[in-house]
Amino acid sequence: MQKIGVFVCWCGSNIAATVDVSKVAGAVKEEPDVIFASDYSYMCSEAGQLMIQNAIKEKGLTGIVVCSCSPRMHEATFRKAAQAAGLNPYMVEIANIREQCSWIHKDKEEGTKKAILLAKAAIAKVRFNEPLTAGETPVTKRALVIGGGIAGIQTALDIADAGFEVDIVEKSPTIGGKMAQLDKTFPTLDCAACILTPKMVDAAAHEKIRLFTYSEVEKVKGFVGNFTVDIRKKARSIQEEKCTGCGACMEKCPSRKTGNEFNERLDNRTAIYIPFAQAIPNIPSIDREACIHFKTGKCGICQKTCGVGAIDFDQQDERITRKYGAIVAATGFQPISLERFDEFQYSKSPDVITSLELERLMNAAGPTKGELVKPSSRKHPSDMVFVQCVGSRGESCREKSYCSKICCMYTAKHAMMIRDKYPDINVHVFYIDVRTPGKNFDEFYRRAVEDYGVDYRKGMVGKVMEQKDGRLLVQASDLLTGEQLLLHTDMVVLATAIEPDKSARALATMLTASMDTNDFFTEAHPKLRPVESPTAGIFLSGTCQGPKDIPETVAQAGAAAAKVIGLLSREKLLNNPQVAKAEERLCSGCSGCSKVCPYGAIDYEVREIWDHGVRKTRRIAVVNEAVCQGCGACTVTCPSGAMDLKGFTAKQIMAEVDAICR
Amino acid sequence: MVYSYYPGCTLKTKAKKLDRYARDCAQIFEIELEEIEDWQCCGGVYPGMADELATRLSPVRALREAGDKKQDLVTVCSACHHVIKRVNEDVKTSGEIRRKINAYLEPENGYEGETKVIHYLELLRDRIGFDRIREKVKQPLNGKKIAPYYGCLLLRPYDVMNFDDPENPSIMEEFLLAIGAKPVHYALKNECCGGYVTMEDEEFASKKSSSIMEAAMDQGAESMITACPLCKYNLENSGLKNGIPVYYFTELLAEALGVKEQEEGT
Repeated sequence: MQKIGVFVCWCGSNIAATVDVSKVAGAVKEEPDVIFASDYSYMCSEAGQLMIQNAIKEKGLTGIVVCSCSPRMHEATFRKAAQAAGLNPYMVEIANIREQCSWIHKDKEEGTKKAILLAKAAIAKVRFNEPLTAGETPVTKRALVIGGGIAGIQTALDIADAGFEVDIVEKSPTIGGKMAQLDKTFPTLDCAACILTPKMVDAAAHEKIRLFTYSEVEKVKGFVGNFTVDIRKKARSIQEEKCTGCGACMEKCPSRKTGNEFNERLDNRTAIYIPFAQAIPNIPSIDREACIHFKTGKCGICQKTCGVGAIDFDQQDERITRKYGAIVAATGFQPISLERFDEFQYSKSPDVITSLELERLMNAAGPTKGELVKPSSRKHPSDMVFVQCVGSRGESCREKSYCSKICCMYTAKHAMMIRDKYPDINVHVFYIDVRTPGKNFDEFYRRAVEDYGVDYRKGMVGKVMEQKDGRLLVQASDLLTGEQLLLHTDMVVLATAIEPDKSARALATMLTASMDTNDFFTEAHPKLRPVESPTAGIFLSGTCQGPKDIPETVAQAGAAAAKVIGLLSREKLLNNPQVAKAEERLCSGCSGCSKVCPYGAIDYEVREIWDHGVRKTRRIAVVNEAVCQGCGACTVTCPSGAMDLKGFTAKQIMAEVDAICR
Repeated sequence: MVYSYYPGCTLKTKAKKLDRYARDCAQIFEIELEEIEDWQCCGGVYPGMADELATRLSPVRALREAGDKKQDLVTVCSACHHVIKRVNEDVKTSGEIRRKINAYLEPENGYEGETKVIHYLELLRDRIGFDRIREKVKQPLNGKKIAPYYGCLLLRPYDVMNFDDPENPSIMEEFLLAIGAKPVHYALKNECCGGYVTMEDEEFASKKSSSIMEAAMDQGAESMITACPLCKYNLENSGLKNGIPVYYFTELLAEALGVKEQEEGT
């Protein structure tokens, strides 16, 4: 027999305006095992918690029900309060009469009726609650950061500075990411390379950081505090320890027809290459698809040229297994494909470019040494048109529904920089809305309009047409004047929507981290836990979680690092005791549960059991309590009803249903 | 394979070539086009008003007849295709329209939008296949530079017409390649020719269609193809000096397959 206390919260007027709280407290007094019921304006306040604690001590309560907000909000608060008063925290149940009742109903009578039912269900459940004790697991004091862009670098540096080991796994041959491709950064216009490359050097030189470039995560096992990760280090065809980074091999390489990814394929690179001058590590890799030796077995000029014998055509991919306590996803973004936006003639005209391509065209280390020229004729342009929101904020299947967030600012930056360097070029920008919130951001945009004379037009471009004279004709609308415009221009720059890097989806599956419909990683709570994945031990940094500019990315990278440091600082982790358990007398070892378990938490062992007085050996499911997340998938799959979820047993759920239907 | 066939009024008068060559060419691929009995004009323009009933009746009659025979309905004219396909979608998706039309026409089994409407180009691409057409070509067009002109009716609204990518369609290009021509890329291939506006504001329609033809000529086109009699009319009457000829796509198909007869009238 339990002694149950019920505490009904008003939540100011949040609940009390729609639910007669004293009526609820009165109605539940007659429920079985309930020996105390009361209501109070703010149960979560110090006074409210004290009230609960006093009742536990004075009345000798063995279980409590708090009728209040969602358990996501304050379950932990009330469990902690109960524990301080000597009650097992898992003897606390929450009846959600706010989000699931008062907030969604208008009629007070109806609302009160429903609140009483919800309270009765929680009481019925808590009658069958059992005290649960959380187990402990040790923490591996090393973090893995996946992605070596500015987000990953910053997260790794912050974790390493706190004294913990960090590995960065980067799929391309160098760290630096998209930021390394940028020319200047808004709103201060400092050069991206000048602020990024020192951080790249810091990361490489840090004694606590280990870089795995040209590497990919292949397999993730384990759980928070105890991950085991397989990393595939792709063969560079270079013995890294021998290479001095002199670059002689690149100078002699005769294969020079591969699009240079770093310059957005505006020029070509050699088959053996270092992506850019400040790349880290400063070691080339051989692109085996472009290399003449790998294609024909001939050539081998680089091998003859290399003074230290570092070229190794027979090098194989290497597999490394490492243990980690925490994993940070920092996989970044990519511009969307413009395949389905051919009204802009991107695939047909070389003078229609993306904004990222323009960054390379304006960069002193870019394909034109920073001189802005038309890609088709290498001539100086006299008119340029920028189109914003290409693929963003759309409703059709080819577009993203979200705002890519960075385009308004970088377009203002491009327009301003062009007008500053080449005042003779007329610059037009077409926009849906100009969105420039952020410190010094709107001022920056206004400078582009007011000081630099950039022609901003509200409206979209419908079509770009190639003309006989080699120029482009842009058909657009100006929504403020109501005019249909035809503009002759030399170049069109498309502010292309961004989407998560294509590697993110496979990674999310490995990490069992959830994603939204756009493949951005989902945070545990959009406001209160923005850098954590709902999966314990997985953290999010940068644009893999949503579109962000550099200041925001760096801030989030630091926040993710702080969370990781907090986790790694602990010697032991408490597990969630609300996990599945197989009843050995009922389990037939059918493997149904392990097939549906998303966490790989179920193993099997052969046990000797007594079955109706007979000793038998049987294969039985065993749940690894440290890995189980308590999702319950196994309990509904189990054909014999052997699997049950502690804290949410079948008996408890049925009691709840009964209480509502009674 | 037997298909129901809806030619439309213009194909019986001004655009006989579009109709005749469609039928002749179908025979080569053992496709029988069975003309809908006593078909009526499709209405010419899709009724923009959601509660307009009368102009939706004629397409439904044709659709239902094809449906009764368990045949897909083939169209050639862009305008007919547009109207019939969209009205069919209305019957499928709007309970109100479905109820009223069935109450008015009282078809034996009722009609709920089950008939599939396919354009002749889709027949070529999806049912016959451009590879099979390539095999049957007797007189390839020897790399003639031809500009495909889609206009708007075949492509939009995309979610209903479901014909091709509205911004970057390629079915006509594939067709031209199959018959040995060289498709010319130009930006205005999916721009509106001016359509029926030509009756009210000839100057405007001329401006639209001449800019389309000019764009094609700028890219080196020697001729253009279309599936629409109205597009053809507007392009040919754009007032552009030294304009290039405009053909129905079926005419060039017939030429390539070697079934085109000697020139005679329109």
